[in-house]
Amino acid sequence: MTGSAPLGTTAFALIFGLLLVAPLAPAGLALINVGLGRSRSAAQSMLGSLVLTATAVLVFALLGATFADGASGAGHALSLGGKLWNWAGTGPVLLGGFIQTPARAQLGVLFKFLAVILVVLIPWGSGADRWRTMAGCSAAALLAGVVFPLFAHWSWGQGWLAQLGANFGLGAGFLDIGGAGTIHVVGGLSALAAIWIVGPRRGKFPKGGLSTAMPGHNAIYVLFGCAVAAVGWLAFNAAGALLWLDAPLAVLPVVAVNTLLAPASALAATFTITRLRFGKPDASLCANGWLAGLVTSSACAAVVAPLAAILVGLVAGAITPLLVEFLELAIAIDDPAGAVTVHAACGLWGLFAAGLFAPQSGQVLAQLVGIATLLGLVLPVVYLLFWLTNRVLPFRVAPDGERLGMDLHELGGGAYPEFVVHRDDSYR
Amino acid sequence: MKYAGLLVMPAGFFLSIAALLLFPDAPLRSAFVLCGIAVEAMGLAVAVRGHMSRDREHRP
Repeated sequence: MTGSAPLGTTAFALIFGLLLVAPLAPAGLALINVGLGRSRSAAQSMLGSLVLTATAVLVFALLGATFADGASGAGHALSLGGKLWNWAGTGPVLLGGFIQTPARAQLGVLFKFLAVILVVLIPWGSGADRWRTMAGCSAAALLAGVVFPLFAHWSWGQGWLAQLGANFGLGAGFLDIGGAGTIHVVGGLSALAAIWIVGPRRGKFPKGGLSTAMPGHNAIYVLFGCAVAAVGWLAFNAAGALLWLDAPLAVLPVVAVNTLLAPASALAATFTITRLRFGKPDASLCANGWLAGLVTSSACAAVVAPLAAILVGLVAGAITPLLVEFLELAIAIDDPAGAVTVHAACGLWGLFAAGLFAPQSGQVLAQLVGIATLLGLVLPVVYLLFWLTNRVLPFRVAPDGERLGMDLHELGGGAYPEFVVHRDDSYR
Repeated sequence: MKYAGLLVMPAGFFLSIAALLLFPDAPLRSAFVLCGIAVEAMGLAVAVRGHMSRDREHRP
């Protein structure tokens, strides 16, 4: 799946330009995370997004890029069953000689820098209102230093998942052009691990009662974040198609159209379902539906026809409100950002659908092996890493800090100092 | 129980990898990869149940 041909000047300039727009995706996600949290944790959430971004970028530069880089070095490979299983990159340490590397490899590293920011922001939204910033940084360091680089090498570098086509005749190998698996499922499963460790917000699941509704504090942030994120997504998917699929420039309009069709149809499905179920459309669930469509487009946009993109988006949009409700009411997962549904579940659906609708034979099996790796290896490893970190640096804030709000507890001041603070019924 | 579930999940992953190495023909390979994912799903279900029972005990 890795592109290898040298880039022309036009393609280089185009990909570089796209990657300069791509940071709008993490910016939109940060805005969504803030809006879905409570007002008394808004400043901590946004500052946390910036601090986690800084941590992830630094750790990836110092450590992660070495494992993720498949462009230089032969890679660490195991020989198993007469095939080479390339499991880690052997890029230069501390980005040494970065200027001398080929243009394609430089852009690949830049893509991964932007991707790792998204990966660490996804679980941050799920731990809203109770996850300490320092603990969030340690989790971001683990994701950026170990988990993301390895999986990025497997799927985007010359790793064993990308080589499934060449080694075992499974289509074109594991296809993940825009990062549905490498970014979103890794982030969504990390969110699940973080939620299990940090626990639900105080008062969310009272003993002997139904779960308490804790709506986000600013629907405008959430919905505007969705619009901002869509621009970044267009850039991510287009740049990914050029970098990882070696797609010709003529494919880019289809990629862009599919990137718009998937969230549009997902939003239509979520809007309809919430309107039928609750009598009125639910703004935060509709935002989740839009985002779920974008996540599926990360897997499908470059490899399926527009009609298939609509179908994939419709299914994602239908799953989202039902799964959000199921996770909260049936299995007590307190996920304010809905990351487990939007990024993990819909990312897995997108990966499977990419195999289902892709023209190559054997592609479904390659996608299933990728899904098996994400579920069977990434989730337990991330949980173990987070569990060990939690022993040293507790994830959850002290009860008094949660009662005060993360802004006052961690920053000493609120995001909206002139607002009247209302009594919170969930703390009776 | 949660940890037992999380320990079962890598077994499903290794089953999928073994399917690639052991079965060259597509139908058998696909069946075993699907079995691997089913094992992972069972492990996840056990982990979720473990989380729920532990969570209920700790509710305020």
